[in-house]
Amino acid sequence: MQVNNEFKPKIIAFCCNWCSYAGADLAGTNRLNYPADVKIIRVPCSCRINPMFILRAFQRGADGVILCGCHPGDCHYTSGNYFARRRMTLLFSMLDYLGIEKERTRVEWVSAAEGAKFAATMNEFVETVTKLGENKRLEDLRCKEN
Amino acid sequence: MQRELIERAKQLLADGTVSRVMGWKAGEFGYDMTPAVFASSEELEKDFRYDDFCEANLSKYMIKESRKEGKILVFLKPCDTYSFNELLKEHRILRENVYVIGVPCTGKVNANAIRSRGIHGITGMSCDGETVTVSTLYGEETVPKNEAMAERCQNCKSKKHVIYDELFGEEGEVTGAPRFRMVEKLESMTPDQRFSFWRKELSRCIRCNACRNVCPACSCEKCVFDNDASGVANKAAADSFEENMFHIIRAFHVAGRCTDCGECSRVCPQNIPLHLLNRKFIKDINELYGEYQAGEDLETKCPLTDYTKDDAEPSIIYQRGGNR
Amino acid sequence: MQKIGVFVCHCGTNIAGTVDVHAVAEALKEEPGVVFSADYPYMCSEAGQNMIKDAIRDYQLTGAVICSCSPRMHEATFRKAATSAGLNPYLVEIANIREQCSWIHKDMPTATEKAIILGKAAIAKVHLNAPLTAGESPVTKRALVIRGGIAGIQTALDIAEAGFPVDIVEKQPTIGGKMTQLDKTFPTLDCAACILTPKMVDCAQNENIKIYSYSEVTDVKGFVGNFRVTIKRKARYVDETKCTGCGICTEKCPMKKVPNEFNLGMNNRTAVYIPFAQAVPKVATIDPEHCNMLKNGKCGVCAKVCTAGAIDYKQKDEFIEQEYGAIVVATGYNPIKLDRYDEFAYSQSKDVITSLEFERLTNAAGPTSGQLLRPSDGKHPHTIVFVQCVGSRDTSGCGKEYCSKICCMYTAKHAMLTREKYPDTDVYVFYIDVRTPGKNFDEFYRRAVEEYGVHYIKGMVGKVAPRADGTLLVQASDLISNEQLKINADLVVLAAAIEPDKTARPLATMLTASMDTNDFFTEAHPKLRPVESPTAGIFLSGTCQGPKDIPETVSQASAAAAKVIGLLVKDKLTCNPCVAHSDEWMCNGCSSCEKVCPYGAITYSDKEFKMPDRTIAIRRVASVNEAVCQGCGACTVACPSGAMDLKGFSNRQIMAEVDAICK
Repeated sequence: MQVNNEFKPKIIAFCCNWCSYAGADLAGTNRLNYPADVKIIRVPCSCRINPMFILRAFQRGADGVILCGCHPGDCHYTSGNYFARRRMTLLFSMLDYLGIEKERTRVEWVSAAEGAKFAATMNEFVETVTKLGENKRLEDLRCKEN
Repeated sequence: MQRELIERAKQLLADGTVSRVMGWKAGEFGYDMTPAVFASSEELEKDFRYDDFCEANLSKYMIKESRKEGKILVFLKPCDTYSFNELLKEHRILRENVYVIGVPCTGKVNANAIRSRGIHGITGMSCDGETVTVSTLYGEETVPKNEAMAERCQNCKSKKHVIYDELFGEEGEVTGAPRFRMVEKLESMTPDQRFSFWRKELSRCIRCNACRNVCPACSCEKCVFDNDASGVANKAAADSFEENMFHIIRAFHVAGRCTDCGECSRVCPQNIPLHLLNRKFIKDINELYGEYQAGEDLETKCPLTDYTKDDAEPSIIYQRGGNR
Repeated sequence: MQKIGVFVCHCGTNIAGTVDVHAVAEALKEEPGVVFSADYPYMCSEAGQNMIKDAIRDYQLTGAVICSCSPRMHEATFRKAATSAGLNPYLVEIANIREQCSWIHKDMPTATEKAIILGKAAIAKVHLNAPLTAGESPVTKRALVIRGGIAGIQTALDIAEAGFPVDIVEKQPTIGGKMTQLDKTFPTLDCAACILTPKMVDCAQNENIKIYSYSEVTDVKGFVGNFRVTIKRKARYVDETKCTGCGICTEKCPMKKVPNEFNLGMNNRTAVYIPFAQAVPKVATIDPEHCNMLKNGKCGVCAKVCTAGAIDYKQKDEFIEQEYGAIVVATGYNPIKLDRYDEFAYSQSKDVITSLEFERLTNAAGPTSGQLLRPSDGKHPHTIVFVQCVGSRDTSGCGKEYCSKICCMYTAKHAMLTREKYPDTDVYVFYIDVRTPGKNFDEFYRRAVEEYGVHYIKGMVGKVAPRADGTLLVQASDLISNEQLKINADLVVLAAAIEPDKTARPLATMLTASMDTNDFFTEAHPKLRPVESPTAGIFLSGTCQGPKDIPETVSQASAAAAKVIGLLVKDKLTCNPCVAHSDEWMCNGCSSCEKVCPYGAITYSDKEFKMPDRTIAIRRVASVNEAVCQGCGACTVACPSGAMDLKGFSNRQIMAEVDAICK
């Protein structure tokens, strides 16, 4: 593989404001490295994440979408992540059912204290998505001209 | 049966209980029964039909009809009552303005089911309850009724009317037919096979919106796909991603609310098995959060507006079903 | 036409060391709508903030993007600066290029490229930002405390001391709660009544406290600062304002065979009764289920003997409506019913009792005047077996999975007091673990073992069987010596698990306050907001939130009071403007959003609409109470039509960020 053709995935991480976004900040404070391919979008709670956002990301060329929220039981709004958990389980299962690689979607609970977990999760997710390569299946779906 | 229904409807019109009647009448083709509102005995006598071809689910019409002046009589088949109930649960129907008569159903004949047997050029059909006689441009054919029905009737989920003011015939039972076999089959395929299956199906979509318009759960005042402010509005899909997105989002929006009435697949002019998307959600919900039948009652919480603390983690999809 | 300013912070070398800040500012200058873009060493410094303010004025900016540290750090700072320059604070967005960029990447081109993308995403969002104004709502300066046990009493006293009126609504004829039934309290062994009753009297005498005894909350409307509560004052058939509490009616009442709930049914009371001598209010109550006059009109003795003329057989339930700014829940606990624990023979033998019954048996005001006597034959027991964790830490499904927390200590107390008063008694305690993590608790437990010679045995009691001679055969295992034990006991005391009062669940529904699966109220944050419910304006005091002993209950009660006072001193509440908003024209009225709202902020009403075809339609639509909504957004996804959106994090804003990142 040529160096200049090296595949860099586009990855969107939706993070809840209270736990995971703070966890990402902590990863930064502790200078824990993870690939720059990950871009974070801040939302108040994991329950704010509409399946439309995830599909939109794939539509616009994302290769992986990860959603991070407070651990179950720790939601700032008490129940948001429980709703998010059901919604995302069903949505991701549906994407898998449509033949879209399930490894491109993920939910991870990251607390404000888990900077290390945040960095590790992102490293791992980027590695997985990089291995999968470009989002061909959704590209096909998009009928993108080559 | 048709005669009894007409007589009863006439009675209810005459004694002022209702001012309109919603039922079926013959459509463009004699075998294609279409929903219709009747306002008088004469209209009923002339056009009202109830036979083995009355496939349409009339419950969605009650959203608008129940808001009009006067009470309306509606005839509902067992599976239609689930949709009616679900709409009631969502406050979409004004119950006091609807008089529901439950009508028995032994499954309805579906023209596509007959066409799929290689019978074409259909000019007319009749059914004696056992056998469907099909007249075609090429002569007459007969098909046993149970083979002339759509999949949803062959795997009928319930013969029970979950809501009615009056019931014709016996109280039926929930049948619990094995309706998830096709979903299971898809799940057991490899992702590549699943992808090509859906690619083949969904790429035929012409975005006519028939599935949306007929679906009792899709009754939004304004659909997100028609709303410019939603960010996903599109009248016609610009590319096939948008086709997929439309169907995924539509299935997601009705998840936990879809009663599996099967109208989406029935009306699809491209014969896309859209119900397989909804059933996937139903199957997942049943397996992950406990058996749930939308519309069965007015109390049980919809699984997507509910949770338990020990629900499965989303990573469960890495472990279960489906080949890699 | 948008005029957006971009401000890129160096943060010394924190950002500039890895990100080419100048290149970022230059690149972002090219973005649509950007009219000003610059970098500066420290944006948060006064000079940096002035640079933002000047640009806002000079360029008449309609939005600002600050590329800097985390918004969790300085979002408030920059929004304040924008406000002072006349820009709505919610038109400012932060691109986090420090924690989420410069600090985690080492390679400058990579980090710079990412910083530019993050900046573009923030610009895309700002294009769609709308100016938001925080609303205000007034505060009714009166608090409601639901139930008047020690938790409710302490909370009410503290609030009243701070000068705010507070009402206590108590279901029973008297305040005082469970603590009135206790004898001594651990670990100091002071008498419960001696420390509680002065507080009860304080409540009665405090001008700021109004006690609604024998009353219940039946309806709650409104939201933080503005609750409207309906209180049902049950007919007690005695005029509270006339009754002097002399007690002559209770002496003369001929109906003397009513099980006395204060003594847990171990003796009887009369149909007209005062629960106990120190009751507050000290007013008689007629029990309509047992009073002959109320049942069949044949009696009337109490009315004849009452010199105050306080008896009123025609009294009716009365409903009053009152407004409150804050509500404190202090519904307390009860021991669980033991009918599922047949192995302990609780329903078969009178000599198998609960710990609370034991309290009454040792209490001077109890059925035996404080003599420890067997309920069956009134003899002194010589061997007593205490069984811990009856229904607590029980994963079998019969009891509760949680630890009831207080049992280890009160059992040690019971064992110790028994040995002190009756040294000839053998006392056994069966336990799973002994948990004594409070101040002076372990010392107390050790005294029970070391000084008082209580036999502590690690192991569970398998069976208690009544024998023909009136004793109880206790079969148990000793896990440490690994042997099976058989003990002939005279009395068996079961430390029954405690559970929230049954009134808590319907109350939680009225308050839209969340509960866990055990029916304990959920706190807003388990560590940092332990006395607040997630529902604004609802506070938690005592065991309604989880098992607690008295010291802990009192500290939580005072903490809840402090929170209430903090709310009531405010004249107006400022609301978070990033709240949900429903577009009534698109709303289906389906209630999906209402079902996922943890705060009960969404209500439905029928409204008239002028439809495009000029007809008038009545539609059921959702509306959000902005004072109650906390802005989580759960409703926005539950809403299929997209009628519900979140200000500050709207569907379009988030999708614009997605698009900008994916570009």
